[in-house]
Amino acid sequence: MGLWKDIKGTFLPFWVTLRYLFRRPVTVCYPERKQTPAPRYRGRLVLTRDPDGEERCVACYLCSAACPVDCISMQAAEREDGRRYAAWFRINFSRCIFCGLCTEACPTLALQTTAEYELATRELLQVVCEKDELLIDGCGKNTEYNFYRLAGIGVVAPRGGNPGETPPEDIRTNMP
Amino acid sequence: MNDVLLNILLIVLKVGLVLGTVLTMAAYMVLAERKILGRMQMRYGPNRVGWGGMLQPLADLIKLLSKEDLIPEGADRWVFMLAPAISTVTALLAFAVIPFGPSLQVFGRSVPMVVCDLDIGVLYLFALSSLAVYGVALGGWASQSKYSLLGGLRAMAQMISYELAMGLAIAPVVMTSRSFSLTAVVEAQQTLPNMVRHPLAFLVFLVAVMAESKRTPFDMPEAENELVAGYHTEYSGMRFGMFFVGEYLNLIVLGSMLTVLFLGGWYGPLLPGVCWFLIKVLGVAFFFIWVRGTLPRLRYDQLMAFGWKVLVPLGLLNLLITAAWMIWRG
Repeated sequence: MGLWKDIKGTFLPFWVTLRYLFRRPVTVCYPERKQTPAPRYRGRLVLTRDPDGEERCVACYLCSAACPVDCISMQAAEREDGRRYAAWFRINFSRCIFCGLCTEACPTLALQTTAEYELATRELLQVVCEKDELLIDGCGKNTEYNFYRLAGIGVVAPRGGNPGETPPEDIRTNMP
Repeated sequence: MNDVLLNILLIVLKVGLVLGTVLTMAAYMVLAERKILGRMQMRYGPNRVGWGGMLQPLADLIKLLSKEDLIPEGADRWVFMLAPAISTVTALLAFAVIPFGPSLQVFGRSVPMVVCDLDIGVLYLFALSSLAVYGVALGGWASQSKYSLLGGLRAMAQMISYELAMGLAIAPVVMTSRSFSLTAVVEAQQTLPNMVRHPLAFLVFLVAVMAESKRTPFDMPEAENELVAGYHTEYSGMRFGMFFVGEYLNLIVLGSMLTVLFLGGWYGPLLPGVCWFLIKVLGVAFFFIWVRGTLPRLRYDQLMAFGWKVLVPLGLLNLLITAAWMIWRG
């Protein structure tokens, strides 16, 4: 029985390879045809805006801290109304490994991945992206989230003026 | 004088024709192999250069020629430089005795479709196919690299275990055709190809030929995933190209050998002889590629055990049976 199994095991594969010879290849010939990436594909990173049209990024440095290859750098600044923003923000895509850890670290959903994957170039400086190249007009994957409306800081609206908030307690009224 | 000139002209013409055809075939065999293997693995294979990849061999050639010719430090320079030539030249020389068609009538004279019809063509063929192993073994030894040395050693061990079986498989063919000349061997198969007459010898020879060609499942000398690239690890540029072309030339030589000795050479219905010869050689080549796409690599002790314990006894048995049959038939 063992010998029969061996003989079968030697000759059956020939039939399999012959069948596959006449099948259509699964290759997608790249420059002419392109695959549609999955919705959560981790490609080029973008900085999104909140529903009010303001920058979401608060320059907290969490993304650059999470980045395993240190490709994100920025300088934090603060506006007069107390809103923090990045004075400059730079992602070096020639270093980026597209792991998406920065987007997981981002507390304001500012940094998000897109499905754009054609970043190859001969000019390395072309893939070092500054803030104006990274910033997009839309909200990205979440169209409702606005950090400053949920954080309880009086930046977008005075404290207590945001949905779901109660006005701050006047502690003097609690005095005995 | 005129006769001598005409003879020389014919010989030069034949040599040129055979060389051109065989080298082009070897180049396109590489492409065919890559394409067929690709399709078997549901890929396209090379399809960028030229129409559907048809100019890929040319692109490969340009790439190989323009690469740096590296000789590793500590290598035996001369042997290192000569080894690839040995494996290519022996493969090319083997074509001298292979008859690829029936004699033609040109200018009222009979022109045999073989470069040189030696009386001992079979022996010549075997001598050259054994010499080809020297290219591999010397190349592996001269590279001053462990991987190359192991590859060369394996090629030697492999040769010892299959050559004997190969010789034993040939003997019955020579016995029934009563000649060592390849043309006579083919002519003896006019009614019945030797494949049918000596099925056992055919199978033994087929396995031995696969071992001789150093291809999967017997590609231990170059075993990519154990020995980097085996005997040609240290070679680059056109020297590697020579080994590479030699391997595919060898594929065609062995295909022709199989065709001449067992598949009935140029005999076949309807089509002219040369066509049938080509069809058969290409068929054998396709079979080799098919095997490469199908079977995994054996260990080399497995090949040696198979060669010595199965192929040699089978070959001897077959020889005895044939001899007995010939004596009984008178």
